[in-house]
Amino acid sequence: MKYKSVFDIIGPIMIGPSSSHTAGAARIGRVARHLFGRKPEFAKISFYGSFAKTYRGHGTDVAIVGGILDYDTFDTRIVDALTIAKQEGIEVSMTEEDAVTDHPNTARVIIGDKEGQIEVVGISIGGGKIEITELNGFSLRLSGNHPALLIVHNDKYGAIAGVANILAKHEINIGHMEVSRKEKGKEALMVIEIDQNADEVIINELNSLPIVQQVVKIHD
Amino acid sequence: MFRNVAELIELAESKKCKIADIMIEQEMEVTGRSREEVTSFMDRNLTVMEEAVLRGITEDVKSHSGLTGGDGKLLQEYIKSGKSLSGDLMLDAVSKAMATNEVNAAMGTICATPTAGSAGVVPGTLFALKGKLNPTREQMIEYLFTAGAFGFVVANNASISGAAGGCQAEVGSATGMAAAAIVELAGGTPSQAAEAMAIALKNMLGLVCDPVAGLVEVPCVKRNAMGASNAIVAADMALAGIVSRIPCDEVIDAMYKIGLSMPSALRETAQGGLAATPTGRELEAKIFGIPLNEK
Repeated sequence: MKYKSVFDIIGPIMIGPSSSHTAGAARIGRVARHLFGRKPEFAKISFYGSFAKTYRGHGTDVAIVGGILDYDTFDTRIVDALTIAKQEGIEVSMTEEDAVTDHPNTARVIIGDKEGQIEVVGISIGGGKIEITELNGFSLRLSGNHPALLIVHNDKYGAIAGVANILAKHEINIGHMEVSRKEKGKEALMVIEIDQNADEVIINELNSLPIVQQVVKIHD
Repeated sequence: MFRNVAELIELAESKKCKIADIMIEQEMEVTGRSREEVTSFMDRNLTVMEEAVLRGITEDVKSHSGLTGGDGKLLQEYIKSGKSLSGDLMLDAVSKAMATNEVNAAMGTICATPTAGSAGVVPGTLFALKGKLNPTREQMIEYLFTAGAFGFVVANNASISGAAGGCQAEVGSATGMAAAAIVELAGGTPSQAAEAMAIALKNMLGLVCDPVAGLVEVPCVKRNAMGASNAIVAADMALAGIVSRIPCDEVIDAMYKIGLSMPSALRETAQGGLAATPTGRELEAKIFGIPLNEK
């Protein structure tokens, strides 16, 4: 089931005018910000489908930038997000794409700075609910509704067991898990939605596994 | 966990409880939160709805485009004139539904129910019925859980996105949710609530999403008005004992399939329907400053 909570239906509390095109867009931007982990210097945003056709009218542009500024769906600063981003030195560019995507409300967000960048594809599936479908070229499915761990690792035996052992030791329960790779034996990505928040100790322990390249944590 | 309306009704009837209770219990189970936490969270949503309604019927709300705002307030003044034809309760619901969507269009704070574009129907009907049925705060919170339970089924088995399923998925779903919640608030049975949902949604099937200039304003605000009135009529019909010949779950399934066969021009792309009328195009050109011949 895509929708698990009654508050996906009665909610979110948000700034208008559209739950999918405003609140959903803000959430996609915010997940990208959390994945990046710091304030970016640039944001390149591409809109597809209904997003591309109607983003101005729906405030999708201000909302997604608001999300990148780490604002929640009900943060009234969303209205002025483009101006605030400019003041904070974030260079924002937007493109309307013609390509047909699987979901009509799709956005691609590339944010970064001199140190690096990340590329996130998000879809807004209705009522403010979103899914992240791609991260740095990896296909995945992440709702952003639960705390989650994103672990980049070598595509090799024992990677899943190693990570799962550490989580088990710290009594962290896995709610949903997905593994994907671009090519056999190369870089792979583990997406683990967990029921508890993982603290720094756990993150450091996961990072110390030789097979693990990078760990990113997303809070509830 | 209930997967469809039939299971939801079955659960409520076998436990001899309200649909709202089933939804609250499921929420507690899924999130691990206590009853108090879950209901106080909904209480917060109710407060946001109440504030949006109040703002829309008392303040001079105007959207950035200037297309919408002030109609909810206008209708309140008309009710006071005592000349209303369709009745004060009906028009009060319509006015409060519009008021919510006018606040939404003005980028004000609202609670999506189930979406922002359809956020007026559920609170509009609730705050109109408040004057007649005098519900407690707790009953008003239950109203939202009942509406949420039906919306939950629609969202998982069909869609609540205009871009995916047209307006029937948004205002249509909201109307069905409100109809069911009205029945429960008025003391009807769980199966009567399901009948009301079925009757209401049947009358919204095929409704396309064709917003002028891509804004959640025209025709969205007035569709919330009609959704609110439709919900009250459907609830009255179900409370009178009228049943839908097509079961609620099949109506929801029909809505889903109709959405799948709807062309993209009629699913929130501002390319067809009212958006593509000469006046719709003219408004779009004026709002975004784009010459008409470039559209």
